[in-house]
Amino acid sequence: MVDFTPAKAAQLEQAKALVEAIQNGDDEQVNRLIQELGKVQESVLFQEICKLTRQLHDALTTFYLDERLARFTQNDIPDAKERLNYVITMTEQAANTTLNAVEYLLPVIQGMNNETTVLKEDWQRFRAREMSVDEFRELNQKIVQHFEDSGVRLQQIQERLTEVLMAQDFQDLTGQIIRRVITLVKDLETSMVDMIRLSNTPSQRHRDASVEHSSQGHGPAVPGLDTDTVSNQDDVDSLLSSLGF
Amino acid sequence: MKILIVDDFSTMRRIIKNLLRELGFNNTIEADDGQTAMPKLRTGGVDFLITDWNMPGMSGIELLRTIRADANLKGLPVLMVTAEAKREQIVEAAQAGVNGYVIKPFTAATLEEKINKIFERLENA
Repeated sequence: MVDFTPAKAAQLEQAKALVEAIQNGDDEQVNRLIQELGKVQESVLFQEICKLTRQLHDALTTFYLDERLARFTQNDIPDAKERLNYVITMTEQAANTTLNAVEYLLPVIQGMNNETTVLKEDWQRFRAREMSVDEFRELNQKIVQHFEDSGVRLQQIQERLTEVLMAQDFQDLTGQIIRRVITLVKDLETSMVDMIRLSNTPSQRHRDASVEHSSQGHGPAVPGLDTDTVSNQDDVDSLLSSLGF
Repeated sequence: MKILIVDDFSTMRRIIKNLLRELGFNNTIEADDGQTAMPKLRTGGVDFLITDWNMPGMSGIELLRTIRADANLKGLPVLMVTAEAKREQIVEAAQAGVNGYVIKPFTAATLEEKINKIFERLENA
């Protein structure tokens, strides 16, 4: 004898009643019982359809998110990495242009300064009438030469300063790129939050800075974003002096 | 006076090198992280170390600890010049035995002041 579940037992009872009704020729009873038997089947089917619909819906939503995430991982993130590398390249170029100009100009200025000092001393000797005619002729030559050299050097200084000026154009471009990457990171965050919400996992934020390993560093402090940071050298000095430095 | 400058960004090394030159320190060598700095330090002749914190490979704080643990190098004056601005990091560097801490962006005057201060303290010690 097979073990019946209560639902199956009820079905069996109904089936027996149906056979009896047919044998008795009770058409009304037969119709009612057939409908009742069908209803059970219908409600099971309905539940199954509900389940399938939900699964389909979830799958489609996940698929949509997957597609967004796939776009992030395949295109946007590598793209952002390249953009940020470009920012590094541009800022490096600007810094190098500026440093080249400064390194070039410092000796030029030093040279002008040295010559001026020598000429000033000679001129003072001339004014004090401590200079022979021959020495004066020499001084005259030196002064003419100094004017000529200064003209060339001042031209060089002006050119290099213009280079330094132009090198600062990176700021505009890098600013725009970084702003775009910030937008991308925000979109990615939204997408991942949706994903987490969908999988019904409670999102847990644990950003305990002290747990992070600080050996590799946190990078430059961004005002308003990073907490427990010093804001300038005075803060560093007072913190160190409180430690006995 | 030979000074080793350790920073992963070559532009920052150049800036520090030029500032040091203005301060009268012409003998400088460079490394781009702790790992490349150590052989240069072990070769000898380096009198002063200026290092960044955040570098690939060996970071500045690891470099500092390695130096303090090395019998031949433990007395080397170390000035940290870094954008790392967390209070806990400054405390960490102090505990690891740093001689000075300059936060980026910095001025030539700040760098000079800190270097002079380190030398003063070493002379008085």
